[in-house]
Amino acid sequence: MEVKELHAPGHRACPGCGCAIAVKIILRETGPNTIIVSPTGCLETFTSPIRSSSWEVPWIHSLFENAPAIATGVLAGLNSQGNPNGTKVVAIGGDGGTYDIGMGSLSGMFERKDDILYICYDNEAYMNTGIQGSSATPLGAGTTTTPVTGDSFGKMVEKKDMVAIALAHGVPYVATASIANLADLKKKVRKGMDNPGPAFILMLTPCNVGWGYEPEETVELARKAVETGLFPIVEFENGNMVSALKIRPVPVEEYLKPQKRYQHLFKNDKFEDVLKAIRKKAEDNIKKFGLA
Amino acid sequence: MMDLLLGGVCKAGESKKLETGKWRSFRPVVDRNKCIKCGKCADYCPDSCMEIKEDGAEVNLYYCKGCLICIRECPVKAITKEVEEK
Ligand SMILES: Cc1ncc(C[n+]2csc(CCOP(=O)(O)OP(=O)(O)O)c2C)c(N)n1
Ligand code: SF4
Ligand code: SF4
Ligand SMILES: [Mg+2]
Repeated sequence: MEVKELHAPGHRACPGCGCAIAVKIILRETGPNTIIVSPTGCLETFTSPIRSSSWEVPWIHSLFENAPAIATGVLAGLNSQGNPNGTKVVAIGGDGGTYDIGMGSLSGMFERKDDILYICYDNEAYMNTGIQGSSATPLGAGTTTTPVTGDSFGKMVEKKDMVAIALAHGVPYVATASIANLADLKKKVRKGMDNPGPAFILMLTPCNVGWGYEPEETVELARKAVETGLFPIVEFENGNMVSALKIRPVPVEEYLKPQKRYQHLFKNDKFEDVLKAIRKKAEDNIKKFGLA
Repeated sequence: MMDLLLGGVCKAGESKKLETGKWRSFRPVVDRNKCIKCGKCADYCPDSCMEIKEDGAEVNLYYCKGCLICIRECPVKAITKEVEEK
């Protein structure tokens, strides 16, 4: 049962990194006949300090904003040589690289219908540069640019809906996945790779440094995000929902309370409306996708 | 250290030279009598350093950063933590 992982140890991710778990599992499914593209971010930084790499598959990084365009170029290069081994191209990028700065490039990749699987590991902020808020940072979460002080309660607006954005582009395979459900994650990576044309997978990957919790709780928090309804596990083929993971909903507090980025919501009654809005978000997801 | 090639190309898996085990303050210890070889610890280990051998899970202490996720996720509580003495 010994597995030789295609994501090697000795990488420099913080202890308990959710993204590192995700990448190891993704590579188990892609196998070695894959070229990975990453934008700038923690994943790029901890896997590739100068003169080193923890990738056991070909991997390329160029800039923060252009991973999907680089992936398109890699695929075009393979195709121009007839791609005799049927090598697949997979991009793996953070939320900043996906929801914000790489959005235009990703939109182009979707529009061109390039046969690329794009996976976003969402840790809900720009972690590599010190926890700045991104458009994936959820309502009420404190970051260095969505501060908690006085009447400020962290992020003032909801996170962007990346699944809806991918679906609006007519992406034929769109799914969410969790590092607390690895069989499902692997199944979706396989489907995303086999699907002709673009595919998009969104994964929530907790970050103990940015969210403020003990490293050992990473998988447990990923699980709670799903069980509360805050991170629904859903799957769409050609625009139609083909699966949604059923849950027995637990209170959102079980997910929020262990995290420092939400502590203020429990210390001060004046933030009750924010908590209410988070509870409503979970309820809305449960209704929208028929989770319970 | 290898020389940097044009385009910043380097060898695959070169990271394996780095002893990230030095970062650890707690050490996971597997009780092989309790281990049912389910592989969950190896699945969830962010540092690809838990292996399932014939007689149970084995930590590669050269790389283990001591995050203790394996302890948390082991379904039969076969892993415990010890303070790392350096
Ligand atoms: C054009 C450009 N702007 C800013 C940066 C600085 N920068 C490097 S990584 C990073 C954060 C990446 O955030 P995200 O994509 O969410 O990945 P994470 O680090 O959270 O894994 C930033 C802002 C950069 N490298 N290039
Ligand atoms: S999770 Fe526990 S029982 Fe399963 S292989 Fe690891 S140590 Fe053994
Ligand atoms: S403590 Fe963390 S790094 Fe060490 S074996 Fe367990 S899961 Fe892996
Ligand atoms: Mg991020």
